[in-house]
Amino acid sequence: MNRKTLLLVLLLPLLLTLTAGLGYAVLSLPEQPQYLPKLVIDNINESGVSHPVTAVLLNFRGYDTLLELVVLLLALLAVWSLNMPAAEDKTSPNLVLDILTRLLTPVLILVTAYLLWIGAHAPGGAFQAGSVLAASGVLLLLGGYRISDKLTGLPLRIILMAGPSVFILIAVLTLLLEGQLLKYPTAQAGLLIVIIETVATISIGATLAALFLGARPIATNRATASEKNMDQGSEKDGEHK
Amino acid sequence: MEIQNAFMVFPWAVALILLPLASALSCFLFPRISRTLGLITSFGTVVSVVGLGWQLLEHGSYRHAVGGWGAPLGIELYADGLSLLMLATTALVGFAISVYSTTYFKPTLAVKFWPIWMCLLAALNALFLSADIFNLYVTLELLGLSAVALTALTGSKEALSGAMRYLLATLLASLAYLLGVALLYHNFGSVDIALLAKLIEASPAVWASLGLMAAGLMLKTALFPLHFWLPPAHGSAPAPVSAVLSALVIKASFYILLRLWFTLFEPLVDSEAINTILGVLGCVAIIWGSIQALRQTRLKLLIAYSTVAQIGYLFLVFPLSASMGSVAWNAVAYLIISHALAKSAMFLSAGNLLFFGGHDRIVDLDRVVQRLPLTATAFALAGVSIMGIPPSGGFIGKWLLLEAAMTQGRWDLVAVMIIGGLLAAAYIFKVIGYTFSPAEVSHEAQSVSASMQWSALLLAVGAILLGFLYVPILSILNISDTTIVSGVGL
Amino acid sequence: MNPANFFALIGIVLFSIGLLGLIINSHLLRKILAINIMGSGVFLVLVALARRTENMPADPVPHAMVITGIVVAISATALALTLMLRVASETGHATLPDEVEE
Repeated sequence: MNRKTLLLVLLLPLLLTLTAGLGYAVLSLPEQPQYLPKLVIDNINESGVSHPVTAVLLNFRGYDTLLELVVLLLALLAVWSLNMPAAEDKTSPNLVLDILTRLLTPVLILVTAYLLWIGAHAPGGAFQAGSVLAASGVLLLLGGYRISDKLTGLPLRIILMAGPSVFILIAVLTLLLEGQLLKYPTAQAGLLIVIIETVATISIGATLAALFLGARPIATNRATASEKNMDQGSEKDGEHK
Repeated sequence: MEIQNAFMVFPWAVALILLPLASALSCFLFPRISRTLGLITSFGTVVSVVGLGWQLLEHGSYRHAVGGWGAPLGIELYADGLSLLMLATTALVGFAISVYSTTYFKPTLAVKFWPIWMCLLAALNALFLSADIFNLYVTLELLGLSAVALTALTGSKEALSGAMRYLLATLLASLAYLLGVALLYHNFGSVDIALLAKLIEASPAVWASLGLMAAGLMLKTALFPLHFWLPPAHGSAPAPVSAVLSALVIKASFYILLRLWFTLFEPLVDSEAINTILGVLGCVAIIWGSIQALRQTRLKLLIAYSTVAQIGYLFLVFPLSASMGSVAWNAVAYLIISHALAKSAMFLSAGNLLFFGGHDRIVDLDRVVQRLPLTATAFALAGVSIMGIPPSGGFIGKWLLLEAAMTQGRWDLVAVMIIGGLLAAAYIFKVIGYTFSPAEVSHEAQSVSASMQWSALLLAVGAILLGFLYVPILSILNISDTTIVSGVGL
Repeated sequence: MNPANFFALIGIVLFSIGLLGLIINSHLLRKILAINIMGSGVFLVLVALARRTENMPADPVPHAMVITGIVVAISATALALTLMLRVASETGHATLPDEVEE
């Protein structure tokens, strides 16, 4: 407790100065420069969508979106590499949770599809839709539902990586055909964006739900076999005393 | 002729980013062949860097407008001499580490290693090619998260705690950087580096951005006193991961700092005060890091503290860049690449020793010289470069820094550099001494594979060879499209 | 005062509160929460200042940046939480080694 109060006493004046300085910097900002928003509006007709934020996210600055999809998948890879133990919950779920889950899941899927579609001309799009899909996934996981054993291997991996993969595939195609990375041909821009967003929504939803679960879904009959593998592999992996 | 033309127009820069990304996804999808895929991709990046280098030598610096939209609407990729040197170092060190990792990791760890390693490689390449400060934020995050994931790979207590501390530090740094980006964007309306460079003038908001971004990047580069996360993370990660972290990941944030400092914030950074503070921090890092290295009982921690010290040398470029700027600039570039090669060679050698004896206690390095001659040679050669003894890349880098300091009359910096060199000699020779002597209790040895030994040795030889490549490397460094400003050639 | 500036200042205050929380607290969950608060502060600054000029539509570029930022923040938080759980199960405390709480 003493250490904390000492640290607090030392830090508080420093942080107050920092806040004051940054606040002054914000207040001293000049008039908002308008040429970038104007450029967005000027070029929006060639971007394939009519909502400016979606156009920026999926077309003008699509490269950032590609990298962020990879970041999301990487987070899942990292979480899976940490070998979280699967939660051993044998109790059946709360009745209210169970009924609400059954009622809400189809509604949430419908909202996902709506948000995905509307993203072209109103606020919405892949990430928003993907989050709603993930929310329904979290509800299902909380209710004790798990995906069937058959789907935990390759099919799950395909669903998770489909979003970034389709995006990279389109990136490579545009590079080869148009000579510039992610340069959508104007006529097909809208279609390409819809394809990317649809696949991305599914991937984002699955990845976020998997991140919530933490433990990697392993088919129960394969669980014992992989435990044996892990025993053999845990010696001499760079461990030191 | 056809093939030569095709080679010249192929977008090597974009390939450098897309290839590892595609490979990461494929390794995730097909874990059984992830090792082969990773190795092939790593080799592919070497080929791409050669292609890009050829393009740059023919046509000067390279710009690629992603999406067909140039800045400020879209994102631009930019490659010049400095980017090429960083990319080449990444490709070479990355290839050696890939070769090393093919035999280092047991299968269960290997399937986790390869996809994340490919993401890290992609992040590094994307970072060195980016010309957009927000895009740099995304690549920094990709880099940081991959690095943390790889650090925690072994699952040991130390690795997990080290990774947790590293993660918190890197997230704090990224957020500070992002706030700086936010202020710059709202001030000038663009996030493109070239455009911002034309628009920037000193004002409170720009000072705030400089402070925030510099603080974030210094935390990521582990400059004293923001280095606290480095020794636990680099010391407890698996050997090839420690090599990547010390050699490449820290240099990435330092590269961004250099770019922003000398291109973007150029009108602000002539200040004596700032340069003095950075110089002082650099000096303290050199002395304190070297002393701490001398005190360590474990080899990996010694090497980690040595990294803290070497980062101090890099920060001496700021006080020395005022006049006679180009010499300091060349010195820093040389130090970055030779440290990358030498430090990764050291960590890989340490990994071999660990594998061999099951521990990395320095006093118990049982006659390694006889039993692992290649590894001992690799460590010794890498040590030559770190100490700054001719002929080696490290010698040239340190010599250039000394020259810059002497011509500017900065005898205080000269003294610090000489003391740092002596301390480095002390801790390197301490280790080498123990490799010759028998341990108190002899150990059962595990055989170390040829790929592990040779990759360490070849990296160390590379560090020495850099000592002979002064002229070609400097001519590459001079490929750039910004004009010489205040004596600092970019 | 311009509402945009007001929200931006709140963003700055959140950034500082988060920074204080990150340094002061020793429990890892609180550190992670502090980082999230800092992140929210930065995003607020980005979005609030996008609508500074009256009678003009908001600037879409910072909105897209914040969407990217949120996704990155989620990824980082997920990794941080999982690491925290592993640290806690290995060491028995959800803290960094030199800050073990009594």
